[in-house]
Parts: sequence; structure tokens; C-alpha cells
Amino acid sequence: MDPSGEIGQGLKSLIITAFGLMLIVVIPVIVMTILFAWKYRGTNLAAKYTPNWEHSNVIEVFVWAIPCVIILFLAILTWQTSHEYDPHKPIASDEQTMTIDAVALDWKWLFIYPEQGVASVNELAMPVDTPVHFRVTSATVMNSFMIPSLGSQIYAMAGMANDVYLEGNEIGIYRGRSTNYSGEGFSEMLFDAHVTSVDNFDAWINEVRQSSESLRFQGNYQDLAEPSIAHPIEHFSDVSPNLYEDIVSSFHSGQESQEQAGSHADQEQSMPMSAQAAE
Amino acid sequence: MFGKLSLDSIPYHEPIIMVTAAVIILGGATVFGLLTYFKKWGYLWREWITSIDHKKLGIMYFLVALVMLIRGFADAIMMRTQQAIAAGGAEGYLPPHHYDQIFTAHGVIMIFFVAMPMVIGLMNLVVPLQIGARDVAFPFMNNLSFWLTVAGVVLVNISLVVGEFAKTGWLAYAPLSGIKYSPDVGVDYWIWALQISGIGTTLTGINFFVTILKMRTKGMTMFRMPIFTWTSLCANVLIIASFPILTVTIALLTLDRYLGFHFFTNDMGGNMMMYVNLIWAWGHPEVYILILPAFGVFSEVIATFTKKRLFGYKTMVWATVAITILSFVVWLHHFFTMGAGANVNAFFGITTMIIAIPTGVKIFNWLFTMYRGRIQFTSPVLWTIGFIITFTLGGMTGVMLAVPGANFVLHNSLFVIAHFHNVIIGGVVFGMLAGLTFWFPKAFGFTLNEKWGKRSFWCWLVGFYMAFMPLYALSFFGAMRRMQSYEPTGWQPLMIVAWVGAVIIAMGIACLVIQIIVSVKDREKNRDLTGDPWDGRTLEWAAASPPAHYNFAHLPTVSSIDAFWEMKQQPGGFKRELAHEFEDIHMPKNTTEGPLIGLFAIVFGFALIWHIWWLAIAGGLGIFVTFMFRIFNSDTDYYVDAAEVEKIERAYYKRLEVQV
Repeated sequence: MDPSGEIGQGLKSLIITAFGLMLIVVIPVIVMTILFAWKYRGTNLAAKYTPNWEHSNVIEVFVWAIPCVIILFLAILTWQTSHEYDPHKPIASDEQTMTIDAVALDWKWLFIYPEQGVASVNELAMPVDTPVHFRVTSATVMNSFMIPSLGSQIYAMAGMANDVYLEGNEIGIYRGRSTNYSGEGFSEMLFDAHVTSVDNFDAWINEVRQSSESLRFQGNYQDLAEPSIAHPIEHFSDVSPNLYEDIVSSFHSGQESQEQAGSHADQEQSMPMSAQAAE
Repeated sequence: MFGKLSLDSIPYHEPIIMVTAAVIILGGATVFGLLTYFKKWGYLWREWITSIDHKKLGIMYFLVALVMLIRGFADAIMMRTQQAIAAGGAEGYLPPHHYDQIFTAHGVIMIFFVAMPMVIGLMNLVVPLQIGARDVAFPFMNNLSFWLTVAGVVLVNISLVVGEFAKTGWLAYAPLSGIKYSPDVGVDYWIWALQISGIGTTLTGINFFVTILKMRTKGMTMFRMPIFTWTSLCANVLIIASFPILTVTIALLTLDRYLGFHFFTNDMGGNMMMYVNLIWAWGHPEVYILILPAFGVFSEVIATFTKKRLFGYKTMVWATVAITILSFVVWLHHFFTMGAGANVNAFFGITTMIIAIPTGVKIFNWLFTMYRGRIQFTSPVLWTIGFIITFTLGGMTGVMLAVPGANFVLHNSLFVIAHFHNVIIGGVVFGMLAGLTFWFPKAFGFTLNEKWGKRSFWCWLVGFYMAFMPLYALSFFGAMRRMQSYEPTGWQPLMIVAWVGAVIIAMGIACLVIQIIVSVKDREKNRDLTGDPWDGRTLEWAAASPPAHYNFAHLPTVSSIDAFWEMKQQPGGFKRELAHEFEDIHMPKNTTEGPLIGLFAIVFGFALIWHIWWLAIAGGLGIFVTFMFRIFNSDTDYYVDAAEVEKIERAYYKRLEVQV
């Protein structure tokens, strides 16, 4: 693991700390297992043999106390780091946090830049040392949004607005992916995350703006949401306002709309059921 | 007429499946032919299929488990082969359509139809004997549970050839498992196989819970019960408390799929998070249902072969009870990344870690049982030592996953795969194979070949480390679970190492099969008529091997832990002598209703999977009528009269004298 963001690095050292703490008990156990097995082997008649010995207060105290103490340390560490690395917690920074929306589709990622009014598929750019607030949802089954080098993942679920704060601290291209199995195209649900200088980020945004394509919720978004595997990178110079909100709330309408995104198969069409019945 | 079923449902174009099917059909035809030729159908029907004898049901459970182990392992080696090939743009030999079914089937088969039947089979064989009982509390129900499990097994295997299996992962997360995203019959096979066998498991839980509480012999108080019985009791409490959750969850998913309900769909108010919560509220206790009896096996094995009392019996019991309770308050650690707040995540992370305390105590207790003992390195002891080391490592990686911060990067990666194989192979599989070797002579009257048993152990141990240590390493480079193919060619060398590990495990399984064949061949040489080949400590070793169908001609009286060991320590020791007087023994009769209900359950499940409604009604009616027939049948028990008991006992003591 070679993390390139502060969160990734923090999590790496957390894993190493937890690992080290547990070795305090794991190594003695392994050593004792081998030692006892060797010393008290049946053929070693010189070793002490106490067939009825089955209790010792001293040993009992130690075998309860040592794991208790280690778990106490780990519990404190867990409490602190759960809050410190809470994915929903904004990252403190001099730079202003920017927002990017990530939408899991079958089987590709749609990234919407609400502040810039553009969108891209399977390609993500973010300026270096700038905290990014990813708002994450799905227009299909459950997925999980992750850029392993940058840190935490978070589930993408239809109709639900999840979020994770990430920051890239080293310029580079990192592979991102869905980590939660989502069907046939799952293995290729990959994207490139470009952590760029501020200038290059602006250049990338300009490049996206050059695209002749625009993206409309009631229009070509529905086509985009159709299942496709290893979808090529696409840029959209213009997106319908509130596209992300529209996608999330489309699952709250109480109606299975026919053009609903992400059907793996064109069957089992909507059931006649009133909105009230679903509420 | 046949619902969704047509001749196109059979995948003729898949050579792998067709060859497998041909082998199964040929094998089945051979068995059928041999049974007919040697006129063994009557014997099979009377002595096994309709038997309510807990020992025979235990043997049949284990047999089913071993057969399914081979099926589940075939899936495993296919996956490892695929991942060893499919790097850097290569697609391998399994398209996603096939690969996704394989990893789903592997998980389902290994948990439900290998691990569970092994655990339940061992409980069947051992628990009534350990508590000095003549059978379980509900013998008919025991037979029914077995046949419902077999019905699940049959449905899973039919899915190989007729239609397809689920492509959802072993827990069939909604909404992927909903009708919209999985319109094919795969998820329906998953639903009915688990629903039917799950009801069998629930019945088993109730059965053994009552058996242990109500049928202990005179003098066996709770705190004189052998540890294996204690761990089984706790496992059955877990079954009773958790399996209904599974049943209901699957039932809700069934309503979604069959009747257009919206419990777990994306829209119309469905909530997939509810599904994930419910399935793990069952799923986490489930892993303790598997591991607790394995802990029991290790406790019995280590005390017997160190010739020493188990260190800290009471601690062991309370640690088991603590794990039982705690196992219900940790389920959320399977999805820290769902987006719960920091407080919730921290709570479940900490409760998970707390389980490490009683588990750690248990490990120390096994160590201090070895301390100042006289250890005989039989193969059950090798499995136990292999377990202590391997399981400790697995526990450590489990605690790492329980730290929510760490989980945010490790979740869904190969780290998780390596972790749970670490504890399930190192814990459950090692435990069940130790138990198989340990209690085999009790079931059959001869011991298993040690040489092949030890070879099997070393292959499993080395194979496990080679197959799964690379997966821990790969997870740190971003390798995820359930990948049909991957880009970085740098991962391939470790994937190939893992493949070699899987091949070594295959050799371990081969050694196991050879061990059984060789042992059966040499059975006269390895004959044990004493009933106590290991100088055992608990009551099952006081009975003959194999025990008479009534287990004990006279029920033993217990006055301490390790009851049989204490009997042997009395002045003059324990003598196997023919008693002077015999009494009539009340026993249950065989049942035809159990296997019949199982058969109708297969028909019922198959019909529902394919939407063949008339057949489903016929199957359902069949179940109902058979069940009613059983309810109104009062001819379910009989007395073995004293003269008959005396005859059986005399014959046994005669054989015993000849040997000694």
C-alpha cells in the first residue's frame, strides 16, 4: 500500500498500530504453542506431568487481564479514529472544499461537477491539496466508491445521498473503482482519478467544456444509465441543473418510472401501484 | 404447463457444466446399478434412509458434507485458476456470467452444505452419547431436519444443470438479488435451497437444545457436561435465535421477487439497507454456530491426548456463553462503509473487539492444558496445534477489520477473503477434521489411518498458508474480492502462488479420501472393540463402538466432570462386564415420513423456482398430507425387550473377550 493522501496515510499507520498492539499477544501465543508442544511431548518423560492440575488463579488473572488491557487500548484507539476518520467529516484545510458528485451506474461512474456545471464518465480530476466533498449515490444496485490510494470508501446506494471527504496530496493518476460486487460488469467498473495542479485542473475543466455533449436528466442521462461494460471516457460540457438531486429523488417518486436507470433486463415493467400505497 | 422451464434452460453450450453433469449422472447410475445388483435397496431404506438413529444421521450428514466439500472445492480451484490467468486485459476462461455463479455457489455450498452439515453431523453423533442419552428429544424431527438439508443440497446441484445459480454473492444482497436486476431463476434456486434447508437447521437447533437440557443422564448437572456438549448447546441457542431472521429475510425477498412487493427494491419505499442489516443479524451469529462446536472439539481432543484435565473448565464455559451473547451485537461490522455515523461505527467496532477477549482466554486455556501434559501427536492433536496458530492469526486480522478506520480501506478487498478463510479453514475445517478422526472409531468401530491423516493435515496447513497469505498481501495493493479479471499484471505472480496453494489443499482433500479408503480396507487391523481407543474422558467412550442402537443398556450415573475418566480412576478401575439384569428399553421407530417430506420439499422448491404452479401445489399438498399422516400416527415407538437387549450385549462381550 502506497497511499498518496493524508487520510490514506493516516489509515495506513492506524492499521500498523493495531497490528503491532495485537502482536503483543499473538507472538507469545505462537511461541508458547510451539514451546509447550515440544516440551510436553509424550516421549519426554523428564518433563513435569500433572494430570489433575486444571486451575490456577494467577494464570486466570493473566489470561483475562492481558487481552482486556490490549482491547482497552484498541477500543480507545477505535473510538478516536472512528471520529477522526469519519468519512462524513469535512477536512480542515486552508483551501476551500469543492464538491464532486459520484453516481454509480451499470457499470461505470458518472462524476458531476455542480460548481463547474460539467460532468464526465469514468474520469475524475481533482486539484491537489484541496479537500473534495464527494456526494455519492447510485442509480442501480449497491456499489462502493473508492480510490484506494486516497483512503476511505463509501457505499453508493440508490435513493440515498451518501458522502465522503477525500484529499489528494500528491500529483498523479490513481485508479478508482467500485469495490462492492454489482453484477456482470463489476470487474471493469474502473476509473482514473487525476490529482492535478490547480492550473491543470482548470485546464481539464476547460477541456471538458469543449465537449459538444450535454447531459439532461430527462434526456440522454437515461441512455447513459443503460448497462454498459468498460464504458469509454465521456465528457459533458453542460449538465441539467440539480442532476444529482434528480437522480437521488427519482427513487423517491413512489413510481417505478419506465425509463428508470439501470435495469439489467428489459422486463418486469412497472406495477400499477399508487404513490400513496408506497408511502 | 412448465412455467419458465424449457429445454433451453439446460446450458448445452457450456462444456464445463456438461462434462460435470455427465460425471454426476454416470456416478449416480453406477451407484444405482450397484445397489440394485447387490440388492441393497431394502437395507439402505431400513437402516439409513428411514433411520431415526442419531448416530446414523450424524454419519449421513458428514457424508453429504464430504461430497459437497468436493463440489465446493471444485468451484474454488476454478476461481483460483481464473484469477491466475485473467490479468492485464486477459479474460481468462470463465466469462463473468459463469464466474459470478461460481463464487456465489462456492460460498453458499461451503457454509450451508459443508460446514453446517459437518457441525450438525458431529453434534448428532456425539452429543447424545456424551450426555448419556439413548437418542435425541425428537427423533422424527431429527430425521426430517436431515432430509430437508438434503433437499437444499439437491436443489443447489440441480441448478448446475437446469437453469443457473445466483450471480449475486453468497448473501444475495438486494437490490441486486431483486427481480429487476436478477430476472433469471438463479436467485430463486438460492432462495428455496436456503429456505428449505434453513428450516431443517432451525428444527435441529430446537431438537438439540431440548435434548441437552432435558435428556442428560442422572448426575450430569450443567457444570458436569463435556465442553463439546456445552459449545453445542450454545451453538443451538444461536441457531434458534438467528435462523428465524434468515427465514424471514428470505421470505421478504421472496415476496419482492414473486409478488411485486417492495421491501428491498430501490424505489417504492424499499430499503436495501434493511436487507443488509437483517442478513448479517443472522450472518454473524452463523459464524459462531460453526466455530463454537469446533472449539468444543479442540477442547476434547487436547484434554484426551495430553492425558490431563482441561485447564479452566468453568472459564471455558463462561467464555463460550459470553461469545454466544456478544455475537448478536456485532453485525454492523460487516458494513461500516454503509455510511453510519462515527458513534455507531465505533460502538460496533468495540463490541467486536470485546469478543477477542473470551476467545483469547480460550486459546490460553488450551495452551495451559498442554502445559505439564503428556502430548501424543496424533493427527487430531496436529489439527489442534495447527488451529491454535492459524486461528490466532485469523483473529488478529479480524480485530484489524473491526477498527472502522482500517475497515474503510480493507472492506471488500481480498483482505476480507483471506481473513475469513483464515478463521473458517483454520478453525471450522481443522476442527471438523479433528473431530472426524477423533470420533470415527466411535461411529464405526475402527480407527482411521494415521499416516494419511497426517499427510492430509500437512497439505491443508501448507496449502492454506500458500493460498491465503498472498491474498492478504494483494489487498494492500488494491485487489478486491469477486474480480473476474484485473488490470495490474503485477498481481499475477501472487495469484499464481495462491493457485499453487489451492492445488496443495486439493492434495489434502485427496489424502483425506485415501485415508478413509485405506482405513476401511484395513478395518480388521484397526478394529477397536473396547469402545475407548484413545483412553477417553467422557461418556461416549464408555459405550461400545459402534454403540448399540439404544447406546447404553444401562444409563450411566455421573458424579463429576470427565465422568468416564473418573470411573476409570476408581479403585479397581472401569471394567466392561456383562450386567446381570436387563430391562426393556423404550425406543422410537423408523420413519418414512421424514424422507417423504424431504422429497416433496424438493418438488415444491423446484416448482416454485420455475413457476410451475400446479406442481408447487402438488408438492405443498404432499408435504402437508405426509405431515398430517405423521401427526395422526400413534405407532411411533416400541420397546426393545430385555431379552433382546441381553442378546445384543452378550454378543458384544463375546467379541470383546475374543479380542482381548
